[in-house]
Amino acid sequence: MDSALAIHRLHFAFTVTYHYLFPQLTMGLALLLVILKTLAIRTGKPIYDEAVRFWAKIFGINFAMGVATGIPMEFQFGTNWAAFSRAAGGVIGQTLAMEGVFSFFLESTFLGLVLFGEKRLGPRMHWFATLMTCTGAWLSGFFIIATDGWMQHPVGYTLGPHGEIILDSWLGLIFNRWTWWQYAHNMTASVVTASFVMAGVGAFYLLLRSHEEHARVFVRVGVVAGLIGTIFMLFPTGDRQGIMIAHHQPVTLAAMEGHFETMQGAPIALIGQPDMDRLALDNPVLIPRALSFLTWKHWTAEVKGLREFPRDQWPDNVPLLYYAYHIMVGLGTLLIAAMVVAGFLLWRGALFHARWMLWVLLLAVPFPYIATTAGWITAEVGRQPWLIYGLMRTAEGVSPRVSAGNGLFTLLGFMGLYLVLGILFLWLVWREIEHGPGAAATAEGGH
Amino acid sequence: METLWFCLVAIMVAGYVVLDGYDLGAGFVHLFVARDERERKQILATVGPVWDGNEVWLLAGGGTLYFAFPALYAASFSGFYLALMIVLWLLILRAVSVEVRNHVDSPLWRPFWDVVFGVSSSLLCLLFGVALGNVVRGVPLDASGYFFIPLWTNFLAGNEAGIIDWYTLLIGLASLAALALHGSLWVALRTAGDLSARSRRVAGRLWWAVLAMTAVITLTSFRIQPHLYGQFAQWPWGYVFPALAALGLGGMLVFIRARDDLRAFLASCAYLVGMLTSLVFGVYPLVLPATRPEFSLDIHNAAAPLYGLQIGLMWWIPGMILAGIYSAFIHRHFSKRVEAE
Repeated sequence: MDSALAIHRLHFAFTVTYHYLFPQLTMGLALLLVILKTLAIRTGKPIYDEAVRFWAKIFGINFAMGVATGIPMEFQFGTNWAAFSRAAGGVIGQTLAMEGVFSFFLESTFLGLVLFGEKRLGPRMHWFATLMTCTGAWLSGFFIIATDGWMQHPVGYTLGPHGEIILDSWLGLIFNRWTWWQYAHNMTASVVTASFVMAGVGAFYLLLRSHEEHARVFVRVGVVAGLIGTIFMLFPTGDRQGIMIAHHQPVTLAAMEGHFETMQGAPIALIGQPDMDRLALDNPVLIPRALSFLTWKHWTAEVKGLREFPRDQWPDNVPLLYYAYHIMVGLGTLLIAAMVVAGFLLWRGALFHARWMLWVLLLAVPFPYIATTAGWITAEVGRQPWLIYGLMRTAEGVSPRVSAGNGLFTLLGFMGLYLVLGILFLWLVWREIEHGPGAAATAEGGH
Repeated sequence: METLWFCLVAIMVAGYVVLDGYDLGAGFVHLFVARDERERKQILATVGPVWDGNEVWLLAGGGTLYFAFPALYAASFSGFYLALMIVLWLLILRAVSVEVRNHVDSPLWRPFWDVVFGVSSSLLCLLFGVALGNVVRGVPLDASGYFFIPLWTNFLAGNEAGIIDWYTLLIGLASLAALALHGSLWVALRTAGDLSARSRRVAGRLWWAVLAMTAVITLTSFRIQPHLYGQFAQWPWGYVFPALAALGLGGMLVFIRARDDLRAFLASCAYLVGMLTSLVFGVYPLVLPATRPEFSLDIHNAAAPLYGLQIGLMWWIPGMILAGIYSAFIHRHFSKRVEAE
């Protein structure tokens, strides 16, 4: 691999992976804030308002990190992927510009009001500001997924005489089927992350026996939202995503499942290590016929194996793709299990005293982040060797004049800067959690 | 259609310069206008609720540029690679410094982030000016439609020039002076008491620096980019843009002396818009002049295909009207002068 290409890929991979640690929380948390604020108005109980104030502060810190690390993403399309931008800017520039115009203005305006304007706005307008912040965040997510959805499954374009990509159906771009299922899956995952964080912080307080009244609200809202979210994550959204990959990216499906030989009634591998020299899965633990059923809804359907496809069509890092996908599915299953048990205990009224379950909720907090990150690695490594699936290879999209040396310089710069930001972020969030949601923290603006 | 989008992108850039310009400028001047922690906090309180929304103009403007002129976005962003990455780092540091400053009450914490905020703001003012200077001077584009220039070479504005040479640095300093003036007028407008009066006095002094820089960069720009002559000679109505800048500059002096902070600030907006539109008008129809003129990017060879530009209008116009409403609303909502605590 040409080293400049490798560095530009790593540059984007690093900055986008880091960036998405923040929006995956804020998009889901925005929805939970709307729910908490609605409960506050409906019940008139001050505890819900205190919960909103507490989580709005956590939201604010995450949002600032998301903005700070998000700006480089838009820039990098031009700086590191200039050839891609020149070819596809007329299409994906639409969705990226719409994100700026429709969601960033909305979000930044109303978040200011959510954080600084509670007293002056009154409860109904404050609720509205919360709702608008949530709308902005979810629109933002949509436009980004629409951009990625088009790269995964390009539609609504024609090719010009010199191979230029020309947008010819804006509606086609917006209503790309791929985009909508990916969006649903991604946003559900975001709600799951936020639910686990909220429930986890609540469990933390309950275990410590501090802020218990607030903590019960956090755990209740987190577990209910998390239960709905995790189930929706599996079905229908995850299921449909898998079917779309089977239909439109069969090579990717074979690689991520570690499925090398074409066969009817293909099994699914739960565990196993892809051996790329022998082209087989070592030590596989298989469920017979499951892959055929999951992808084609037919126990004996034929599923093409990786060997069926020419090597230059294969994703260029099959083991990474395979593991990322299996980590996502494995952790996703555990997250569902955790929420089902917690939901059952909540229903029986036993959750707040079941210390072992509170420990599980507390320790589970990092796992939705890992599962989501693994999911995105599956999507993006699975798209390789294509930058725009079937249209443009990743190697063709890189900036022709930016050398490996310059790329490495800025990659290292970002790594250093993001390390400092990460430490700062964890420390600030920890301070808020330590301070807690009690009455002492209810002053307007908080800081 | 290409000309229309050229104008819309110019409006976005002008909106960004006027809006983020005042909080960047305020970031620079707060280093020396504010005397103590109380006053620094006062200045930050004028910026706190609005800077994020102002910076969105940069993102939305970048997005608009991306989809209307993808070839320009690709060439300029990869060509100015290092400078843009430094801009990103500064934007990140600046955002962090505003957000975290008030989280911790410590005599070490706040002054540290104040310096980070001030330094990153000033460097951004300087670098945005340098960027404009590069657009006027031209860059070594070749037949492939790409170029790459290092941060600096020999500081001469010749064919081997880097991103920073004497000319672009001059524009950078002019931009720093103009935004410092803009920022101090903002502080004068949005604060009360001593700070406001001191800020107005600082603005009165900065005005002379801006006047001098305006004269210098006007003369040198015509020498560096002869295309400007032809443009104004061909369409004399284009003199309205420099006239707007001159009017704004004159107006500022009058209103600063009359202690009319609102009009002085608006005059500064007019000055910035006038200077920027003069430059943009002078360069048109080019969007990025090349050292060898045949490789220049203009509105035709850099634009996206027609369908995309037409459909873009359908959502862009209502979207930006909404954005304008939000921007006006948040500025009204937080329009009280900030008192010292």
